[in-house]
Amino acid sequence: MKSSLVHRLLLLPATMWLLVMLVLPLLVVIIFSFGDRGPAGGYVPGFSLDQYANLPARFTAFKNTMILAPAGTLAALLIAYPLAYYLAVKANPNIKTVLLVMIIVPFWTSILIRTYAWIYILGGQGIPKMLEFFGVEGVRLINTPYSVLIGIIYGYLPLMVFPIYVSLEKLDKRLLEASQDLGASPIRTFRNVTLPLSIPGIATGCMLVFILLMGEFLIPALLGGGKVFFIGNALVDLFLQSRNWAYGSAVATTLVIVMLLTVSIYMKLMMRGSNIREEVSLL
Amino acid sequence: MRVSSKDSVVSFQNVWKRYGEVIAASNLNLDVQSGEFLSFLGPSGCGKTTTLRMIAGFDQPSEGDVILKGKRVNGVPAFKRPVNMVFQHYALFPHLNVADNVAYGLKQRSPRPPSKEIESRVSESLELVQLAGYQNRRIWEMSGGQQQRVALARALINKPEVLLLDEPLAALDRKLRREMQIELQNLQRNVGITFILVTHDQEEALSMSDRVCIMREGEIIQVGSPRELYDNPLNRYIADFIGKSNFFDGVVQKSSANDLEIRLNNGAQIVAANSRQHNTYASAAPVTISIRPEQLMLSRRVSQLPDEKAIVINAAVRNRIFLGEHTEYLLYNEQFGEFLALSPRQNEIGEPPFEVNEDIHISWNQEATLVLNHD
Ligand SMILES: Nc1ncnc2c1ncn2[C@@H]1O[C@H](COP(=O)(O)OP(=O)(O)OP(=O)(O)O)[C@@H](O)[C@H]1O
Ligand SMILES: [Mg+2]
Repeated sequence: MKSSLVHRLLLLPATMWLLVMLVLPLLVVIIFSFGDRGPAGGYVPGFSLDQYANLPARFTAFKNTMILAPAGTLAALLIAYPLAYYLAVKANPNIKTVLLVMIIVPFWTSILIRTYAWIYILGGQGIPKMLEFFGVEGVRLINTPYSVLIGIIYGYLPLMVFPIYVSLEKLDKRLLEASQDLGASPIRTFRNVTLPLSIPGIATGCMLVFILLMGEFLIPALLGGGKVFFIGNALVDLFLQSRNWAYGSAVATTLVIVMLLTVSIYMKLMMRGSNIREEVSLL
Repeated sequence: MRVSSKDSVVSFQNVWKRYGEVIAASNLNLDVQSGEFLSFLGPSGCGKTTTLRMIAGFDQPSEGDVILKGKRVNGVPAFKRPVNMVFQHYALFPHLNVADNVAYGLKQRSPRPPSKEIESRVSESLELVQLAGYQNRRIWEMSGGQQQRVALARALINKPEVLLLDEPLAALDRKLRREMQIELQNLQRNVGITFILVTHDQEEALSMSDRVCIMREGEIIQVGSPRELYDNPLNRYIADFIGKSNFFDGVVQKSSANDLEIRLNNGAQIVAANSRQHNTYASAAPVTISIRPEQLMLSRRVSQLPDEKAIVINAAVRNRIFLGEHTEYLLYNEQFGEFLALSPRQNEIGEPPFEVNEDIHISWNQEATLVLNHD
């Protein structure tokens, strides 16, 4: 009894935090989403589904998010995996530390500034100019979905690399030798042992990046140049510019629902795909 | 007894392995015969694992040749070699169940055997290691001893030319280890596959193997049957490593066809039979003599001692340890210092056991005296 009381006391701050900072605002948003826009903006109480009926007006933002968030996650995964693999398995220990630091260092600068830098790199004076030099004319990157994708990969790569790196790092190298000893070539060893055992890292990385991407607004705002809108941008616009809080709340609620659905389907697939228990004792 | 490398399964020819400055294997020459149970025995860091890994194909020799079934395999990667290994901590695949772990090797074959055949061979191998019916267990649901058996089944299902075992029993508790030693021995006789085992437990090596290969600092010092190694160790190091012994340093005084006269550093004169010895010794050669504890005869009266050639000295009983069938005595003589003696129980019938502080006689036959190089 005593220990359960202590447990509850210890959990109290976290519970309060979640209640006040997450559950309460979410409730407010849900309630607002059934209300109306005030004459001078803001919110007037009410109960209708009008705001939800109006959702198709923001279809493009939903579409962009639902295409670019998974695409960005996938692209980040495809680039991060070989990198993490190299760091965890192949790199010699001295170089490894240097490379890990190089992945972290950019985080010391604000993402805003780093993304601004990409405006220049992808803009007319950047990569397209370089391509012109090699004779490839008329490439446009900035303000297209591709520039947003590049920005996403750049910004989210470390978040993908680290979980995969950790799962590959703790992979028992003797398992790889055991596989080869049993006649599996290095490629089959990768497919049969390394890849399945790094699924927890892949799952964590993908989830992290995907959830954050669903709420992303900075990268599309800067690199999409008002042409590639995410739901995040729609929300900024609805709450801060047009001050249509009720409609904004409906969009936000829908985003949360879509996110919950995707993540729970994803989790279910992952659970079924790998029944790896973390606390496997190899001894 | 050097067999030509054609008839042997594994053969090392002047094999060296260097890691930078460290020499992990130095000029190894060894032929392992088909169907034998051979152990590498030696202290930690002497190069046992390195040697085994060169057979498996995980490490390549820096110099010299490794021959498998008459073919030079330097540079051939592990997955192309017809040998399998049981790893020290088993290295079972945690994401696969028992059946899939055991079937792993068969599934890598091309063409891959039909799944019916895989299934029946998996249950066959599991039966072999007494795990029938465990197919669907997860690895983490198995005890240490059971995991050990899965690892054995996973290797044996491939019917390798050689099974390599790197300290396979080190993680098991004493009793289980004893059981597994007997089981491994039986298994090896049943399947007829060559077993090469690495261990630093001399009791394990002696009790299981047909031949033991003793290593030290990257070198093979002596290869022989457990009995040969015990009775005829090449030098003091091996005599000390294999079993217990009483050692006394001295110098050869006279060497004749039959006898070796030795003057020990403690002043005693000893005559040893020359026929027993590995090496020939010239006068003035520094040597160590060794007498095994069970070859010392203990008695209250000199008249009871059998051989007139025997060496007899007085000694006081310092300590007595009852070990069941044997009693171990620690004895002390002014000139020689301490002696360790192992007296079998049946030899004590006439006399009650000797008491601590009792003055008795120790004797040993000339044949019991082994003359050895210092190292
Ligand atoms: N990959 C390596 N790099 C550098 N040195 C190594 C490497 N592998 C082994 N060594 C060195 O080679 C020597 C022999 O090592 P090995 O692992 O063969 O010993 P061992 O007899 O198996 O010892 P143990 O009983 O402790 O397992 C040791 O000095 C070790 O430090
Ligand atoms: Mg070892």
